[in-house]
Amino acid sequence: MAYSEKLLEHFKHPKNVGTLDKSQKNVGTGLVGAPECGDVMRLQIEVDDETGVIKDAKFKTFGCGSAIASSSLATEWLKGKTVNEALEIDNMAIVEELALPPVKIHCSVLAEDAIKGAIEDYKSKNQ
Amino acid sequence: MDNKKLIYLDNNSTTPTDPRVVDAMLPFFYSHPGNAASRNHPFGWAAEEAVDYARDTIAKLIGVDGKEIIFTSGATESDNLALKGVYEMYQRKGDHIITLKTEHKAVLDSCKKIEKMGGKVTYLDVNSEGLVDLKELEAAITDKTILVSIMWANNETGLIQPMKEIGAICEKHGVLFMSDATQAVGKIPVNPKEVGVHLMAFTGHKMYGPKGVGVLFVNRKNPRVKVTAQLDGGGHERGMRSGTLNVPGIVGMGKAAEIAINEMAEEAERLSKLRDRLEAGLMKMEETYINGSVAHRMPHVTNISFKHVEGEGLMMTFNQNIGVSSGSACTSASLEPSYVLVALGLGDDLAHSSIRFSLGRFSTDEDVDFAIDAVSKGVQHMRDLSPIWEMYKEGVDLESIEWSEH
Ligand SMILES: Cc1ncc(COP(=O)(O)O)c(C=O)c1O
Ligand code: FES
Repeated sequence: MAYSEKLLEHFKHPKNVGTLDKSQKNVGTGLVGAPECGDVMRLQIEVDDETGVIKDAKFKTFGCGSAIASSSLATEWLKGKTVNEALEIDNMAIVEELALPPVKIHCSVLAEDAIKGAIEDYKSKNQ
Repeated sequence: MDNKKLIYLDNNSTTPTDPRVVDAMLPFFYSHPGNAASRNHPFGWAAEEAVDYARDTIAKLIGVDGKEIIFTSGATESDNLALKGVYEMYQRKGDHIITLKTEHKAVLDSCKKIEKMGGKVTYLDVNSEGLVDLKELEAAITDKTILVSIMWANNETGLIQPMKEIGAICEKHGVLFMSDATQAVGKIPVNPKEVGVHLMAFTGHKMYGPKGVGVLFVNRKNPRVKVTAQLDGGGHERGMRSGTLNVPGIVGMGKAAEIAINEMAEEAERLSKLRDRLEAGLMKMEETYINGSVAHRMPHVTNISFKHVEGEGLMMTFNQNIGVSSGSACTSASLEPSYVLVALGLGDDLAHSSIRFSLGRFSTDEDVDFAIDAVSKGVQHMRDLSPIWEMYKEGVDLESIEWSEH
């Protein structure tokens, strides 16, 4: 299976790898997948309380190259969006951007789930 | 990384064809075009003579008679012929077959087909070393059992089964013993007669011969074993396998056998040292595990799990330079990791973290050193990215987390 240049770039030089302090009220964390399934994705957002804009996003992923590239791309897209805009990110946009082959679509679904999870966590902390 | 360097460490998938084998084959495409079954002209005689020579050389490699060699298209066909052929031939005596959960798909799926045809199959577990439990095997034999099918060496782990002990049990109970020896023939000494194997499958392309040619050994005396043909036609190969013989392929497999006879012992010793070097280099990393018994395995294979790193992703860090296989199959089509490793009792997480390295005739010290370096860097890259590695490092009990399985 040949992968796209964009995917390989995100895989080799992933953006925004790291960890945010999950005890902070303005940090939301999404953790999806399971080690037994061969994929675990943790995606975090840090939100500006005043504007609702995502200031920072970080991820760590245990999984295949497509899962790593999907989460790297997702963090790039999240930064600068408001929380509500971020909810609109659709996994098919990731599939298109990275030219994921059909067997790897679920890796992008995982990224979308991680985004939703992070936002949900943020919202539940800031009701 | 060096973009031109290409290192092949996937010899259990297939071996390169030895150039000496290619040279031996070439005349049989054009200069000697004959059909080995053409008995009335020199073209046919030349082909027949070449086939006979190859047959005898292959027989010599495994210590049997040339008449006991049935040529097929490969080990898949040989496995199918042995299992289904025995089932059909001996159905009146019994309908029960015993095999292992860690067998190759060619065996397992033939068994599934036999179940559909009305037969009964027992799939035995292996112990944590990957080996058959002899007591369980013996206990599974009933008066309806006609065949035990256990592979000589496993393709994913290189583990070698206790063939002699299995043979003795089969002998005691009067059941036939079939073995898929695809991964063992030409690499370690294999002699079916010495261990009581009555049918044995193997293939050219795992012993530096060509693809598309294989053998089923069928014992001819004490006991005389027969299998029902699975292909109808001209009645070649003592009626057990019809079809014009693949003369160039057979000549190539014969040449490969000849080389193995002369070089196998030395080669195994060299590869085992090289494998140990590879293992020593990789085991320097923490949380790295060798899968399966290290006491009973092929000299050129190692299967290693790098904890908290997913195998397929890891391979992507170096696959522009190095060819290996992974036990992880995390695709939407199948979220199942290798059934062989899972049968060994490895958790799914470790199975997803496994890589199989299989060295071969053309592997060098430099290849291994390059691989150690590239794989170690890859593991580092993947662990830096891995949330579960981070949790493990922070002392979080991964079992305590509620994962969202999907
Ligand atoms: C143990 C075992 N049996 C059977 C086969 C199938 O061999 P062939 O490709 O010749 O059909 C293989 C190779 O993939 C193997 O490793
Ligand atoms: S994470 Fe499972 S295939 Fe990509």
